[in-house]
Amino acid sequence: MAVLNEEQTMLRDAAREWTQENAPTTALRKLRDGKSKATFDAPTWAEMGQMGWAGVVVPEEHGGSAFGYLSLGLVLEETGRTLAASPLISTALTAASALMLGGSEAQKAEWLPRIAGGEIVATLAVDEGSHHAPEKTALKAEKTGDGWVLNGSKTFVLDGEAADLLIVAARTSGKGTDGITLFLVAGDAPGVTRTHLSLADSRGAAKITFEGVEVGADAVLGEVDKGWAVLEPTLDRARAGLAAEMLGTATQAFEITLEYLKTRTQFGQVIGTFQALQHRAAKMFTDLEMTRSCVEAALEAIDAGQDARATASLAKARANEILHLASIEMVQMHGGIGMTDEHDAGLYMKRARVAEALFGGTTYHRDRYGRILGF
Amino acid sequence: MADFGGTDLEAFRAETRAWLAENYPASLNAPMGEDDAPWGGRKFVWKNADAKLWLDRMAAKGWTAPMWPKEYGGGGLSKEENKVLEQELRKIRARPALMSFGLWMLGPVLLEYATEEQKQKFIPSIIKGETRWCQGYSEPGAGSDLAALQTKCEDKGDHFLINGQKVWTSYADQADWIFCLVRTDTSKKHEGISFVLFDMTTPGVEARPIKLISGSSPFCETFFDNVKVPKDQMVGKLNGGWEIAKRLLQYERQNISASGFGAGGGLDLVEVAKKEIGVDDQGRIDDGDLRARIAAHRMDAHAFMLTVRRAEAESKASKGPSAAVSIIKYAAAKMNQERYELMVEAMGLQGLGWEGEGFAKDELAVTRGWLRSKGNSIEGGTSEVNLNVVAKRVLGLLDHQ
Repeated sequence: MAVLNEEQTMLRDAAREWTQENAPTTALRKLRDGKSKATFDAPTWAEMGQMGWAGVVVPEEHGGSAFGYLSLGLVLEETGRTLAASPLISTALTAASALMLGGSEAQKAEWLPRIAGGEIVATLAVDEGSHHAPEKTALKAEKTGDGWVLNGSKTFVLDGEAADLLIVAARTSGKGTDGITLFLVAGDAPGVTRTHLSLADSRGAAKITFEGVEVGADAVLGEVDKGWAVLEPTLDRARAGLAAEMLGTATQAFEITLEYLKTRTQFGQVIGTFQALQHRAAKMFTDLEMTRSCVEAALEAIDAGQDARATASLAKARANEILHLASIEMVQMHGGIGMTDEHDAGLYMKRARVAEALFGGTTYHRDRYGRILGF
Repeated sequence: MADFGGTDLEAFRAETRAWLAENYPASLNAPMGEDDAPWGGRKFVWKNADAKLWLDRMAAKGWTAPMWPKEYGGGGLSKEENKVLEQELRKIRARPALMSFGLWMLGPVLLEYATEEQKQKFIPSIIKGETRWCQGYSEPGAGSDLAALQTKCEDKGDHFLINGQKVWTSYADQADWIFCLVRTDTSKKHEGISFVLFDMTTPGVEARPIKLISGSSPFCETFFDNVKVPKDQMVGKLNGGWEIAKRLLQYERQNISASGFGAGGGLDLVEVAKKEIGVDDQGRIDDGDLRARIAAHRMDAHAFMLTVRRAEAESKASKGPSAAVSIIKYAAAKMNQERYELMVEAMGLQGLGWEGEGFAKDELAVTRGWLRSKGNSIEGGTSEVNLNVVAKRVLGLLDHQ
């Protein structure tokens, strides 16, 4: 755990207490079994907003607390522990970052206070296929008169159905990372169609089609054709923050498993005395500690205004790997009970795979890390 | 020690910088080769007189042991001042003035457990690099199970008499003195061990180098045949050596860990792979499988470095060891071994040269380093023992035995 200041310690402790009490895994089960297709529980999100969690990275002049990304990471780690479903990642982390990085004064003044207050849901609509590939953005935006018209589709958009504001990556020219432009689009704008995609993690996402969606010139976030300059650092903030959530999920999965090793008896002794299991547990602990270093370093680099590309990819790749392992071992070390729906192991495994794929899988980030380092 | 505020620290920085500019020998600006390592001691042959001069100048200020008390010849620096000194040394890429088991392992436990007379007698010569120490721990029958050691130490009234054998004693053939674990009570295991110091020239001591698969001989078998040791050379209580032994191992593992077994020295893996394998039109190593594994390794190394940094920051803030420390030695061994395996793979047969023509000096060093690295998961506690320690002490799992 990074060396925290007093405010951060208080925030973490409050987040831990609140999530354990108000958003335990039973809340996720309720969401899943309620068949509402909602990706989060609205009253829970409203309370998070009241506690100021939606404005942790938002500057004070826009209604936030400006505690920074390491602080938001502390909250996300706690929500990750209990698999609490909320728009923290889509709205408080990703959309807020995009607006802070690329927004004009008017755009920031319009949207950031409402994000910080937890009044709206906002999300980044970037991917168009099953794999994270922002460089391949193809959704077309064409100039018409003063404004732009958008045609194409986005998929696996977090909290996309509930979003009041969509931040859409569109192709305005060129290819690859050149010629991408970001647009602010109202979630209910004419021509926007949203379909629920039910995923294994019970949170789901949305497929969104844009048919002749018209927006004004003031809808452009950042500069035309130069959206990558905003999109890439936004994605790195999303990756580092999601990695913090995943670190929390992996830590909880590990702790539940460790507790089981200390209580389950076979052959007349607790199974945690078996060296085959002890070494696997010790290796997982090693990976957890190494991952924590990476996640905190990425968040700290962002807070310090440093180039966080390599550390963000490192953090996400590491979080992917440890959560993958911890979720598999959770089922395996629990034996048969781990295969039952009654036990939480399945919930952790399902969330793990969805989170692993979001904002880039392990191979995506390994490849990106190599490119950034010049090989 | 004065309470240094920011201004005083800056003054200290300026003084340090000026002193280094004046006193760091210019001939040491060349990179340090393996055989330039400044181990010190009575038998040491200085290849470069300036390296000795650098040691003497640093030792005179107590800066070979910057934070040890001044009364024993240390630098008496505060943590903050020491950090400044480290930064300034790094800035000029200074070579270490002294490499020494005395500094890294024995000194810290002497400061904690030795009598005033023992401190006065042994610590100043460690700081000055006059005495080179070796570590008498492992025995043929006591490796991972170190407390099974049997080297016998009998009380003969006015002296102790030691008989037995140690093994894997690093540089015993070049050391002046040994800190040694001995059995003083055969009826108990951990509670029958004591910690003694003695001169390697004492009659009855013999060190025989062991040739390793890498061709080098950094370790010895060390024999004790009726070795007489003065009674005031026992540190701590009779039969109270195990606590000191464990404490010293913490310092040893910390030290091995922080250096990551020296990984990162020598050839750069990425550059080697680019040269030997080539790159594609995007500048990527032209072997997708190997490139991915190199990237994964580089990420491991990055994660390791961040973990060492975090462990340091946390232990400074809490004044106790961080949980991360326990996993560092295990992770360091794994990382260094992986680095060498990838290096040999990337170099192909050029990375397996043994000697002679056709191979550059640093290429031959890869072969030797690769073989030497296999010891990383054995020395200073095997990886398996390290995992046992984590399972038991950190995770609270019951002993499997």
